[in-house]
Amino acid sequence: MDQTKETPKPETKKHKLRNDLILIAALVVVLVLAGLAFWLLRGEGDSVIVEVNGNLYGTYSLAKDQTVEIRTGEGGTELNLLVIKDGKAFVESATCPGGDCTRHNPISREGESIVCLPHKVVITVKLVGGEGEKPIPDAVT
Amino acid sequence: MKKRTQKLALLGLFTAIAMVLAWVEVLLPPLFSAVPGIKLGLPNIVIIFVLYRMGVKEAAAVSLVRMVAVALLFGNPMTFAYSLAGGALSLAAMAILRRLDFFSIIGVSVAGGVLHNVGQILLAMFVLRTAKLGYYMIILAVTGTVAGIFIGLCGGLAVKRVKWS
Repeated sequence: MDQTKETPKPETKKHKLRNDLILIAALVVVLVLAGLAFWLLRGEGDSVIVEVNGNLYGTYSLAKDQTVEIRTGEGGTELNLLVIKDGKAFVESATCPGGDCTRHNPISREGESIVCLPHKVVITVKLVGGEGEKPIPDAVT
Repeated sequence: MKKRTQKLALLGLFTAIAMVLAWVEVLLPPLFSAVPGIKLGLPNIVIIFVLYRMGVKEAAAVSLVRMVAVALLFGNPMTFAYSLAGGALSLAAMAILRRLDFFSIIGVSVAGGVLHNVGQILLAMFVLRTAKLGYYMIILAVTGTVAGIFIGLCGGLAVKRVKWS
């Protein structure tokens, strides 16, 4: 039985669907591996950007030690104290009830972020200087 | 002669459908707006349909005319270049894979979807002179695969069911 099937007959529908699955599975495996490699090998960022409620609040260099008061809410009553020290950023204190952001490890790698949900604050590490971080045009296709 | 005219009219019709589908796609809410460039590629249903039912040249003609028309109406030379990079690579891959007769229309469409995005990112890398778009490539290859499966299913149905003459 196996011998008769030796002759390749790729045009049968079943074979093609199986080939499709192999193609898709291979793509998924390659992409997951590539994504993992990128995630593990991603470089250090040089700045953090702070966004509040989706709007840009400010951009701060990681190269300079500094303390930033991120004031949000009505009248700026809500506060997250962002500290940049030795090229890493962390939230030292916050007036939110949970304080999850203050327990987050210091961030310095590109793409890492600290989020304060109650204050809608997102702090993300970016690579701003030099190349990269130009927006890629969304092609009309 | 009559055949020729009929074909010309059909190709014009398909070009129009492809443009309308592109417009419909813009109206759909973005699936994942954090990364630009993620889209289903509905016009590719038409391209793959023409590729399967009429041929490579016809599919290329519809694709090219659509790109030129869209660029003239809504775009600029840059968006046209991006369309061309994606569309040409995608169609070339689909035509070759179809010829090889190794995958069904779904596999062909997946290859087309992935390579469409790859073509655009390669051009972006060239234009921006940066190699740092690799992670975009990964994300867009994933979405291209998903979109390709969907488009392949739609295209397959169309190839099977649409009848004319």
